[in-house]
Amino acid sequence: MSESPEEVRDHIKLYWKIGIALLVLTVVTVAVSYIEFAVPMAILVALIIAGTKGSLVASYFMHLIGERKSIYWALLLTVFFFLVLIIIPILGHTDTYGVHKTMPNANAPAAEAHD
Amino acid sequence: MEIPYVVDERADTGLTNVKLGIWLFLASEVMLFGGLFSTYILLRINAIEWPFGADILSVPIGAFNTVVLILSSVTMVLCYAALKLDDFSGYKRYMGMTVGLAVLFLVVKSYEYYDKFSHGDVPAVSTYLAIYFTLTGLHALHIVGGVIVNGYFLGPGSKLWHANRQQFINRIEAAGLYWHFVDLVWIFLFPVLYLL
Repeated sequence: MSESPEEVRDHIKLYWKIGIALLVLTVVTVAVSYIEFAVPMAILVALIIAGTKGSLVASYFMHLIGERKSIYWALLLTVFFFLVLIIIPILGHTDTYGVHKTMPNANAPAAEAHD
Repeated sequence: MEIPYVVDERADTGLTNVKLGIWLFLASEVMLFGGLFSTYILLRINAIEWPFGADILSVPIGAFNTVVLILSSVTMVLCYAALKLDDFSGYKRYMGMTVGLAVLFLVVKSYEYYDKFSHGDVPAVSTYLAIYFTLTGLHALHIVGGVIVNGYFLGPGSKLWHANRQQFINRIEAAGLYWHFVDLVWIFLFPVLYLL
């Protein structure tokens, strides 16, 4: 895909705008963390902001906008398996409601975790 | 043996082998980090207590490193754009900045690790610290890989520009895709480990 010098210069302006947006969103991420949300809400808000930042990087810096379809298909498959990976522990957790937790305390020394 | 389709696009995929190869590699990287994020979720949702990241780690330092990586992503995409404008000195300048920012990230990360280790906060202390060191350590290794690759393209690898410009641009595009991916991973690691 060859672009004219004018198009490349327009892209450069866009890259700077995206960079500034990413920096602003980083400030927002930190600022929002000082608001006392319940943990599930805090996770949701943080992931929404991180997802927005990630989308900007993938779409513009990685040029996914306007990429070939073969890349989209490969990535769609990747996203599917990534979600499977993420969902597996959550599904496992839902099976243990009311059951004594055997996982170690995050603050506990590792040696005690095996007791 | 010469690798085919490093300059021209294949008719069936519409892509150069360089670009297809780097995207498939990044897909495998998504699964690598995905497995560790999955482990993080498993540990966290099954833990009776989970520490607040900001109580253990320094948010200003983490935020500073986030800014450093974002700026390095901007300079990386600018060095690719400079090549498209036939501006080789601009490319060198921006690639130099990218490598410099990556080294700065590693210096700051090393300081964070040193601070943790000197206070006895090693991976064996808790599952939180274990997953923190695993995720950030693997990410730091990726940064080191990026420094090596980008450093090569800044130095000896840049000779290709004079021999085959389009092939060099394709290589820088692939290196850029990798670098932006490393930035993208940190964009998720920072809030997950430092702020939640």
